[in-house]
Amino acid sequence: MFGKLTLAAVPYHDPIVMGAVVGSLLGALAVLGLITYLKKWPYLWCEWLTSVDHKKIGIMYIILSLIMLLRGFSDAIMMRAQQAMAVGASPGFLPPDHFNQVFSAHGTIMILFMAMPFLSGLMNIVVPQQIGARDVAFPFLNAVSLWLSVAGALLVMVSLGVGEFSKAGWSGYTPLTELAYSPDTGVDYWLWSIQISGVGTLLTGINFLVTIIKMRAPGMTLMRMPLFTWTALLTNILIIFAFPMLTAALLMLSLDRYLGMHFFTNDLGGNTMMYINLFWTWGHPEVYIVILPAFGIYSEVVATFSRKRIFGYTSLVYATAVIMFLSFAVWAHHFFTMGTSANVNIFFGISTMVIAIPTGVKVFNWLFTMYKGRVRMTTPMLWTIGFLTTFVLGGLTGVLMSIPPADYVLHNSLFLIAHFHNMLIPGTLFGFLAGFAYWFPKATGFKLDETWGKRSFWCWLIGFYMSFVPLYVLGFMGMPRRMQHYDNPAWQLPLIIAAVGTLIIAAGIGCMLMQLFVSFMNRKANADTTGDPWDGRTLEWATASPPAVYNFAVIPEVRDIDAFWDMKERGVAYERPERYEDIVMPKNSWHGFVLGVVAFVFGFAVIWHIWWLAAVTTLGMIAVVTARGCADDLFMVIPAKEVARIEDARVRPALHGAAR
Amino acid sequence: MTTAQTAHLPGAPGHEAHGGPGGHDMGEIQAFGFWIYLMSDLIVFSALFATYVVMAHNYAGGPTPKDLFELPAVLVETMLLLTSSAAYGLAMVAMHKGDLRSVRLGLVAAFALGLGFLVMELAEFQHFIGIGAGPDRSGFLSAFFTLVGTHGLHVTFGLLWIVVMLAQLSSKGLTAPVKGRLTRLGMFWHFLDIVWIGVFTVVYLLGVVQ
Repeated sequence: MFGKLTLAAVPYHDPIVMGAVVGSLLGALAVLGLITYLKKWPYLWCEWLTSVDHKKIGIMYIILSLIMLLRGFSDAIMMRAQQAMAVGASPGFLPPDHFNQVFSAHGTIMILFMAMPFLSGLMNIVVPQQIGARDVAFPFLNAVSLWLSVAGALLVMVSLGVGEFSKAGWSGYTPLTELAYSPDTGVDYWLWSIQISGVGTLLTGINFLVTIIKMRAPGMTLMRMPLFTWTALLTNILIIFAFPMLTAALLMLSLDRYLGMHFFTNDLGGNTMMYINLFWTWGHPEVYIVILPAFGIYSEVVATFSRKRIFGYTSLVYATAVIMFLSFAVWAHHFFTMGTSANVNIFFGISTMVIAIPTGVKVFNWLFTMYKGRVRMTTPMLWTIGFLTTFVLGGLTGVLMSIPPADYVLHNSLFLIAHFHNMLIPGTLFGFLAGFAYWFPKATGFKLDETWGKRSFWCWLIGFYMSFVPLYVLGFMGMPRRMQHYDNPAWQLPLIIAAVGTLIIAAGIGCMLMQLFVSFMNRKANADTTGDPWDGRTLEWATASPPAVYNFAVIPEVRDIDAFWDMKERGVAYERPERYEDIVMPKNSWHGFVLGVVAFVFGFAVIWHIWWLAAVTTLGMIAVVTARGCADDLFMVIPAKEVARIEDARVRPALHGAAR
Repeated sequence: MTTAQTAHLPGAPGHEAHGGPGGHDMGEIQAFGFWIYLMSDLIVFSALFATYVVMAHNYAGGPTPKDLFELPAVLVETMLLLTSSAAYGLAMVAMHKGDLRSVRLGLVAAFALGLGFLVMELAEFQHFIGIGAGPDRSGFLSAFFTLVGTHGLHVTFGLLWIVVMLAQLSSKGLTAPVKGRLTRLGMFWHFLDIVWIGVFTVVYLLGVVQ
């Protein structure tokens, strides 16, 4: 009846896990109780859960991402605390079994359930507005993507209290993840949570590629697209090429585990390195999937706050495209030690080094944009400058490791850990946080508090250096990654420094939460009534904050790279049309949310081998998709009168500049 | 892709026949999006093909392609799938003429031929498993069953989709949204042919020739 699931799957005996479970459950109950108390269920259902509005979907993505950031970061604190104390006779507070789950969950969550939803969220909020569109190409599919991501994230969270998570690292190397070595459900949680959310990500990729190719406002040629849109376009191409590789690799691993096949086993003709190749043909492009949009954000932020057009727009576009192509030619640098020939290794080594060239081009573009600009040191700008300095350091260590003989020494050491955190935290996360602060007023209608934002930045920056510089040093001292316990007392001091650094980052996260709270309380005072709080350059600042459901009452005509800046200069930015027209918009739909719920139950059922439930939910998913596929009445019309009413209600100074 | 132009915005009010949100042609956008989806699906297949090629000789002492594959049967299978596609093509021609009866006839023929393909494939699988050459026997057979089976699963979904479209033809007739869906189903159905040509060549022909 319940497959492998028994009450023994709940880890009552482990106070740390149970504390986390009880904490999460209480938090969820508090939220649900508050919604019930405020009688907000109908509002939540009609306005959010069934919404196909890209702006609301974007906000929900970012909420998901921030929740998962907290979860992934608490894993980080636990690892740092464990390593700071577990030397010699002291076993630390995390048993090996639990420690392995913590580092596996940390990586999985931060890449797939923090960075990816954050990226999807920002793309959702910004891209349609930047290209002057009223929606994405497939609004319903967009909702499906969101709810599949939520289903995946929920599976990771459930693994906390029911059974356990994978102990085999976020990359799930075979044969360790095969049934023979990981017989419990941990790897299955890892497999299905990624598989389900991966489908959502692929749909997002298709959706936004089509949106950007087909739905740009008249006059917006490819070489007039804002840089965030450009990087989003290239990221979506990467998603479409790379994610199917992950789907296939995980499918084969699942078949090994569920049907006893021999793709990646040690025996009967399996090939364990095949998995590692397949995984990294997704895994390396994935790094660029999360970092290219961050490059786009830096480009937008640096131009806006330097009050200058971006330096070398064309070269930035080409540099990004070159990085996109090269990202498919470097995957083997993740396993130089596999033992392929020196020729293969040197090919991948050189292609890896070559990536530094277009990336360097970008760094100079951002620097030259600031040069002689009137730089305003706002929070988004601080994140950008923090990124520039720190990221260059990470890039240098990357070039160092791209040399195969050097990699043989540094492989699997903490040097590597320091390197990729040095790329992903200042590169991706700082970028997303810059974008968060930059576009927050656009999405919500009020600005974030600057003081708390700056405090958060400084905590993050200082905390980052304190956490990861010791890890570089430890790498040279020979400390491998993923150690639950060690005997070399010389490693302890750097590890204690790193742990303190993590606490400073924790303070940064605390400042972020404080910033959200303070900004919400002062939302009236911080309200953005103009729709253009930063004196922006691109089209998303031409809409109201928050934008009307249709974004643009009249689709703008684009004449320049900085389309909105150009409109302001020509004095046409706030021109009213003589009359408004009816606007066709997609209707809300319950199918996306229900599909997410059913997919979650399906995932849970296959993880625990509850086959009847898996069959029922499979039929359920087919039924929901079929029901939606047969529906014809998908659009509604907003009458011109209603449009005029919404537009007239918009509080906005008539002319550019009057706001300041 | 010329057929895509006939697919209008589903459910859009009459006065805006070509206008989706923002005045875009939704039919064309949907066909393009579906095309991109097919390309991503092709990448799943290419990963399976690559794995198959890497593992094609990992027999682990078990049966080899020469022991297993019977080319005449596979040729019949191939012909069934290709004629199914041809029948679907005729249905699309009828759709453009607005001939509902022939559209149905073509879809029913495509379904029957596709089902024939699927039955033959399952019979082959059953036979292999029966003689101890199941997917758990060797790396080669894991890769074989997964590649061919994934294609078969796609065919199954295609058959299901044909049934749904037959039902829609009965209840709705040849409306613009139905035509758009038929167009995309056609893309899917022909796409599966192309993948099968790859399977036929790489798995069966090369398997027996070597």
